[in-house]
Amino acid sequence: MDNFLQIESVGMTFDTKKGEFVALTGINLAVRKGEFVSLIGHSGCGKSTLLNLVAGLLTPTDGGMILAGREIDGPGPDRGVVFQNHSLLPWLSCFENVYLAVERVFGAAEPKSMLRERTHAALKLVGLSHATDKKPQELSGGMKQRVGIARALAIEPKVLLLDEPFGALDALTRASLQDELIRIVAETGATVLMVTHDVDEAVLLSDRVVMMTNGPAATIGEILEVDLPRPRERLALAANARYIHLRTRVLEFLYQKQFKAAA
Amino acid sequence: MTSLAIANRDALTLVNSLPPRAVSHPAAPALAASAASAEHAARAATRQRRARAPEWVREITAYALGLVIFVLIWAVVASISGSIPGPAKVWVAAVNIFSDPFYQKGPNDQGIGWNVLSSLKRVGIGFGMAALVGIPLGFILGRFKFLSDMAAPIISLLRPVSPLAWLPIGLLLFKAANPAAIYVIFICSLWPMIINTAVGVQQVPQDYLNVARVLKLSEWKVFTTILFPAVLPFMITGIRLSIGVAWLVIVAAEMLTGGVGIGFWVWDEWNNLKVDHIIIAIITIGTVGWLLEQALVLLAKKFSYA
Repeated sequence: MDNFLQIESVGMTFDTKKGEFVALTGINLAVRKGEFVSLIGHSGCGKSTLLNLVAGLLTPTDGGMILAGREIDGPGPDRGVVFQNHSLLPWLSCFENVYLAVERVFGAAEPKSMLRERTHAALKLVGLSHATDKKPQELSGGMKQRVGIARALAIEPKVLLLDEPFGALDALTRASLQDELIRIVAETGATVLMVTHDVDEAVLLSDRVVMMTNGPAATIGEILEVDLPRPRERLALAANARYIHLRTRVLEFLYQKQFKAAA
Repeated sequence: MTSLAIANRDALTLVNSLPPRAVSHPAAPALAASAASAEHAARAATRQRRARAPEWVREITAYALGLVIFVLIWAVVASISGSIPGPAKVWVAAVNIFSDPFYQKGPNDQGIGWNVLSSLKRVGIGFGMAALVGIPLGFILGRFKFLSDMAAPIISLLRPVSPLAWLPIGLLLFKAANPAAIYVIFICSLWPMIINTAVGVQQVPQDYLNVARVLKLSEWKVFTTILFPAVLPFMITGIRLSIGVAWLVIVAAEMLTGGVGIGFWVWDEWNNLKVDHIIIAIITIGTVGWLLEQALVLLAKKFSYA
């Protein structure tokens, strides 16, 4: 399974009031099974658009995408999406939010006790067994995002799509959730596509970092192989020469080759 | 679309009239605390709290003072005019009336309790039918832009019409006073229900709908787990507006149609020149309206997720 997720010459053009807007063009990317790939670029480079295309929330105007041998033609529960702002339903408890997804995917084949077990297992995986019956507004931002991850993972997706999952969190919470994500991905062997604008996050978590050029008509600029051994440890890496080198490569791309003045 | 924008403003005014706690931004206290002089401010606040009476005592005092001043002004106006009964005279009459609110001496002479209840019954039936029609219609208009555009000119045209203008049509259609009054209530309750529900449907956050799309939830599941709960606060706002308007309109409608009802009672007492009874009716109408409003505020609080 070398090309588990294959994105082939995908382009996206939006019809706006001012005419056509070419957001993405000529995107080619192949993701292996179990690989962790992040998309990084300046804001407005269309990295979230690309993720939404893979999620099926948008339909590409050019090219096509194949996931596990099947063409992507719309959203579906074979892809687990974690949205930037958690998108939990505020009237449902943590359990109910996850159960909604579990019931949809496994409800036809499994008894209710099994569905409940899956839901509890997903909440346990993200360390939220104690908050099962809490409503989202009773949780901190980091905890809400964990529920979002639990909901996405509970349906056993073929690929996990993360859209700046920790962008809205403070630096300390973000770091601890990144460590959690490293552990969860190692435990589940999930294939992950993550959008981020955080260089450290990209290098720390990924097997490959896909760097995107500035929009309009953004495309893939460079792809960086992160050949750091796993398990990775945040503190040990901070002084690691290879890590610093890789991190600098991303920074150079973002701030020299694709420099963008602050808007 | 224009009509929906107008409705949105209605919804906003209502939010503004909610108790401040219900709309205060959750981040506000956190921001204040992050100020450099947070500790200092906290100490100052404690000192202030110690110096002042508890908040509820000050509130009750203010309410009581307002009422006392109102009654005093009333007494002064009454003594100057001569024809308007003063508070003391009205109090005596009120004690008399409320000591036996449920007597029945023929169709045109019943206790104030019966009058209020029959008005509430008309409001309840008219409003209930408006909810049955207005809420589903609001969902449909909110979901389909073309239908909403179709309905916009009709709603814009009919919404500003005084509900009483519909009364002759009601009398013509139903050939009886009571269904005509209910029909007027139905008409005036309908618009806020439709408009607020439709605005609510349009404002369901895209994030929630994306969750539904990613999971490919069935239409029924989307409705029951996402749309309905998300729109519920807007529907309750619509209900509040509807009931408020309905209670205003029923008094006027009953004055015109007669029968049993608090509005008819006001007109009947005017014909009997019992002005003290008219004042009692005004206060009763106000109290019932206030109680309805409070009940719906409680309901709204129960279903706000913020």
